[in-house]
Amino acid sequence: MGLARATGILLGKELRTELRSRELVTTTAVFVLLVIALFSFTFDPSSAESRRFGPGLLWLAFLFAASLMLQTCFLREQANDTLSGLRLCVGDPFAIFLAKLAANALFLLLTELLLLPVFSVLYNVPILRVWPSLVLVLLVGDVGICLTGTGMAAISAQARMRELLLPLLLLPLLTPVLIASTEATAALLSENPVLRWDWLGILLAFDGVFLTVLWLFGEYLLEE
Amino acid sequence: MGKRIAGVVVLFLLLALTTYLAFYYAPVERTMGVIQKIFYLHLPSAFTAFIAMGICFTANLLYVFRRAPKWDWLGVSAAEVGLPFITVVLITGPIWAHPVWGVWWTWDARLTLTLVLWLLYVAYLLLRSMIEEPDRRALLSALFGIFAFLDVPLVYFSIRWFRTQHPQPVILGGPGSGLEPRMRVAYLLVWAAFTGLLILLLRSRYRLEAMRADVETLRREVEGR
Repeated sequence: MGLARATGILLGKELRTELRSRELVTTTAVFVLLVIALFSFTFDPSSAESRRFGPGLLWLAFLFAASLMLQTCFLREQANDTLSGLRLCVGDPFAIFLAKLAANALFLLLTELLLLPVFSVLYNVPILRVWPSLVLVLLVGDVGICLTGTGMAAISAQARMRELLLPLLLLPLLTPVLIASTEATAALLSENPVLRWDWLGILLAFDGVFLTVLWLFGEYLLEE
Repeated sequence: MGKRIAGVVVLFLLLALTTYLAFYYAPVERTMGVIQKIFYLHLPSAFTAFIAMGICFTANLLYVFRRAPKWDWLGVSAAEVGLPFITVVLITGPIWAHPVWGVWWTWDARLTLTLVLWLLYVAYLLLRSMIEEPDRRALLSALFGIFAFLDVPLVYFSIRWFRTQHPQPVILGGPGSGLEPRMRVAYLLVWAAFTGLLILLLRSRYRLEAMRADVETLRREVEGR
């Protein structure tokens, strides 16, 4: 079975699981909404202030939400004892990572797309005129978060205090993603919106580096 | 045993000598004054920490491919010994910055990078304490170490594009940079002494880790009976 086919089948499984329970996207969306609402108490959310702080708080909310959402992706396999089964079925363990990564990135993107209009309304930041570029930034950033996140989730799932450990491992690694995506988003939400290719370049470089790392070392992460 | 004592004595003498060099032999810097002396602690600590980080990464890679426990021992030793050196960098930096820049801390590229490095090292050590089973601990922490090390250049470049206030490199910098010869001697000797200290600590820590592994094996054997 080729890598693409295996990934496709596994991705189907991940999406089906989520479609049946609808737990992940709902919970994450509520969490992000909560963070957005709570952040509004920490500064005056007028239009000018929101332009300054909005992108940063938005991405922090996404980062925290992701570090909670990614917990389940290996814990679920562990709880049902299905990881060994998966490993036996799939020739290349990289397919397991690719599928989980794609599913998580999709869920995260979906959550963000649900919450962006809410953010825009609550913080008086217009997003309609830049939405295609914004979706591009979100997508590239999400892939970065989920690339490292899936790897770290595989590590933390095998440790004690895993709920606390995952953010500890993941968040410092995500510094470049946070900076680059915040800056790119800020440029898009400014008075004269521009798509900053330099920041997008950093995000793409991050994605490239960690896709390679996951491809090279992914199989060791799943060793029994 | 004798060799180890000799090493400690030589290192002690070297550290004493470099203290003298840094405080009396090297001239007082013209604009910054006496506060510049802290650089003799700050800069060599940073370089030594980088060496420790390199050793840690190499050991992690070797562990993943070779699976010999000794590489795991070396990895954890390098991380644990490197961490205090970074801590020294993070403490001496603000002490220098306060009178010279007027602020304790600024979110400049190198400062932020150092802080993120420190956090990554701490995460690596925390991860190790959260996994009981030795083989799994070794493998997973080695993999995290590899992720973390490859993240560093990305962190650096992303922060660098923000803004930079840190003094430009003077030792390996471009034209116009350079050091007064006596200062250079002091820097290099302090660095040599610190590297010696690193090696000495690394050896003791490595031996301790090896002993710990032995004890663990024995304990399991006894429990198995």
